[in-house]
Amino acid sequence: MIVHFEPASEEGIATVIRAMAADRASLAVIGGNTRAGLGNPVRADRVLSTRRLSGIVSYNPAEMTITALTGTPLREIGEALAENRQMLAFEPMDHRPIFSSSGEPTIGGVFAANVSGPRRYVAGAARDSLLGVRFVNGGGEAIKAGGRVMKNVTGLDLVKLLAGSHGTLGILTEVTFRVLPRPPASETIVVSGLNDAEAAAVMAEAMAQTVEVSGAAHLPESVCGRFLDGGLPDGAATVLRLEGLEASVAFRAEKLMQAVGRFGAVTRLDAPQTSRLWTEIRDVKPYADGTKKPLWRVSVAPSLGHKLVAALRLQTGVDAFYDWQGGLVWLRMEADPEAELVRRYIKVLGGGHATLVRADDSYRQAIPSFEPQPLAVAQLSERVRAKFDPHRIFNPGRMAAIS
Amino acid sequence: MAETIGFLQPKPEVIARRREIVADLSDLLPAGCLISDERGLKPFETDAFIAYRRMPLAVALPETTEQVAALLKYCGRYGVPVVPRGAGTSLSGGAIPQEDAVVIGLSKMSRILDVDLFNRTATVQAGVTNLNISEAVSADGFFYAPDPSSQLACTIGGNIGMNSGGAHCLKYGVTTNNLLGVKMVLYDGTVVELGGKALDAAGYDLLGLVCGSEGQLGIVTEATVRLIAKPEGARPVLFGFSSSEAAGACVADVIGSGIIPVAIEFMDKPAIEICEAFAHAGYPLDVEALLIVEVEGSEPEMDAMLASIVAVARRHGVATIKECQTAMEAAAIWKGRKSAFGATGRIADYICMDGTVPLSQLSHVLARTGEIVASYGLRVANVFHAGDGNMHPLILYNINDPEDAARAEAAGNDILKLCVDAGGCLTGEHGVGIEKRDLMLHQYNQVDLDQQMAARSAFDPQWILNPSKVFPLEGRPAA
Repeated sequence: MIVHFEPASEEGIATVIRAMAADRASLAVIGGNTRAGLGNPVRADRVLSTRRLSGIVSYNPAEMTITALTGTPLREIGEALAENRQMLAFEPMDHRPIFSSSGEPTIGGVFAANVSGPRRYVAGAARDSLLGVRFVNGGGEAIKAGGRVMKNVTGLDLVKLLAGSHGTLGILTEVTFRVLPRPPASETIVVSGLNDAEAAAVMAEAMAQTVEVSGAAHLPESVCGRFLDGGLPDGAATVLRLEGLEASVAFRAEKLMQAVGRFGAVTRLDAPQTSRLWTEIRDVKPYADGTKKPLWRVSVAPSLGHKLVAALRLQTGVDAFYDWQGGLVWLRMEADPEAELVRRYIKVLGGGHATLVRADDSYRQAIPSFEPQPLAVAQLSERVRAKFDPHRIFNPGRMAAIS
Repeated sequence: MAETIGFLQPKPEVIARRREIVADLSDLLPAGCLISDERGLKPFETDAFIAYRRMPLAVALPETTEQVAALLKYCGRYGVPVVPRGAGTSLSGGAIPQEDAVVIGLSKMSRILDVDLFNRTATVQAGVTNLNISEAVSADGFFYAPDPSSQLACTIGGNIGMNSGGAHCLKYGVTTNNLLGVKMVLYDGTVVELGGKALDAAGYDLLGLVCGSEGQLGIVTEATVRLIAKPEGARPVLFGFSSSEAAGACVADVIGSGIIPVAIEFMDKPAIEICEAFAHAGYPLDVEALLIVEVEGSEPEMDAMLASIVAVARRHGVATIKECQTAMEAAAIWKGRKSAFGATGRIADYICMDGTVPLSQLSHVLARTGEIVASYGLRVANVFHAGDGNMHPLILYNINDPEDAARAEAAGNDILKLCVDAGGCLTGEHGVGIEKRDLMLHQYNQVDLDQQMAARSAFDPQWILNPSKVFPLEGRPAA
């Protein structure tokens, strides 16, 4: 990709945007460009990279907050946190494996796409950790929103709005976010041999226990062998993660096994295996196969995920596994994305949304990547967008209903 | 008292049409749902920010989302200001009406619509109280986590309006982290649904924008919230210190050491005395500052966590450690804390500040707060959520003495500026309302505020919703 602008400062970014506004030109915004596949393909006149806007501005481990320029490589943040035995609680997925992309993901990209992982139920999404931002809007104005404290209800929460806006409202220049202590101990309980419906019930049961399950996923037999290099027990694996102080994890593991042991054979994974397994779940390992076979990320109520997959199986070739207690479904289609079918069934079952994360370019041109919204919400969203980017400079089409 | 906070001038064309508007609105509602007589309106003239009051033009108490939509469609068409109201417990004046405004109160919409234990969600009407949600699912072993001190009275609709917190949000987060979806009515009567039972939604995070928008983006009529499994046990422990600074430093160290209790509450000596006299909670009276640290989990887990916390507290010279032996003692400890504002109200009038500061600044800000209040010749009691740096200095004054009241307000403003200058913010959980509106430019510059106001205009182009609140009256976009 040809990059036209690589400003090294917020003011430099503002200057570029003002020039674009004057020329009525549009701008594709990239960080590490490792997640370019997310959202509709962007057709823009110019490309701006935040790569040179890099560096940790401040990090106070005792306050568990960190401020960084948005082009800072995620790796650099991770290293600084690891030195202080801290972590990003929301476990951002690395999209490189499924897109076969290369480069360095940036912290700005993580928040712009609100990338979140398996710890969603106990630690929230990226947006829940984001305390403050600076960004430049479509008028070339630098804006501050939020701050660097956990509790802050001063004014409208533009921070949440910017998170997950995929660079269509402004260019993030600086982010301040909360980090958490890395749990000293972790363990995974594996229940083997459950079908999808049984697994949903077991995960719901586990999450209703007072054991603080920090990850609940179901890996059906078709994908199970792809995890831990085939190191999981035979048959489908329903996996439940526990994290915390050592004594506490051991205690909760016993309690959890009592609760779920009656549903199937139970095995335990130690901390290194746990770490590896949940990274592989986070990064959708089974479908990171170098192909462009259509991949959907579906978000529904946890009770509906397996019903959706069962209904689709009667109609088309589909493979799936589940995170978030069954509410996050990764659907890999055998051939056609079947967008109409997937989205209709989600509606019929009770609602949620499907994002086409990966597909051949011909499909990506024709199918809106993000779930089209009801008219009133779409109109409202468009009014909001226009208040940030009236000249339609940023990532045109990225989140549109029709690409 | 002399009012230093202004309201928008009532629109003469609305005031002039008062009788007609009342007649039209009553046509939109069932009998008994519209209040327009002076005696009936009186209870709605203020909220818990009692220093300011305005009589509204009328109060509508709709029973359905459709009725809310009809009311807003009417008010939107004729440019009649609307002030949404839950239980009226706002400490920042968020529900105080104005002479040309129709109050839309959600108190009749108080049904729990759906409890889904498999997905751990509850869908409720906006007028359901915070505590009612937890009570409805308690027998099944669940609760709704945000717990503002007013949880007995305050409604979920109000909680969403202010993005309310509470003592236990150190671990579980505030309203925005526990809210999955809303049904809301826009200024023109359009009904939209944002989010649902899934953990995230498509498109822009409008739900995140709505939460904490102080009733200026629309009126929420239903909410879907997350439920959490109740911990096996919870244990509050009292730590007494010989100085506020030592207690503040201890808080920062506990958090910094990687232990996150469910709650860390702070009280200084005046607050301890006030609360103890009211609740007989067994607080030690011979210390300068008290921390209530609550851990939860199984007995062995709580023991392990408390051992670590005690070690940190000892490093900071803790004078008294009191573990409660029974559930009754634990309840008394929380009763004392949660009734702090009410108990203070028995001995003096007070205004309650709500700034948040980074933990490293806690001791400094506490010391400066004392100095500031003393310089105005007033007294202060501090009782607040220390774990997340959310301070609540209660400035004691006499509401019937205009000079005293003006001094209290001035001291409060100084304290809030201090919080912002220390790297914090004006309000951690009570909202801006009218109270902190004119300080917004201390935290944001005009360009920042312009962007917020532009986002607001996308929802309510005429600014009819709660118009006197949040944004300074000067510098607003032309309608």
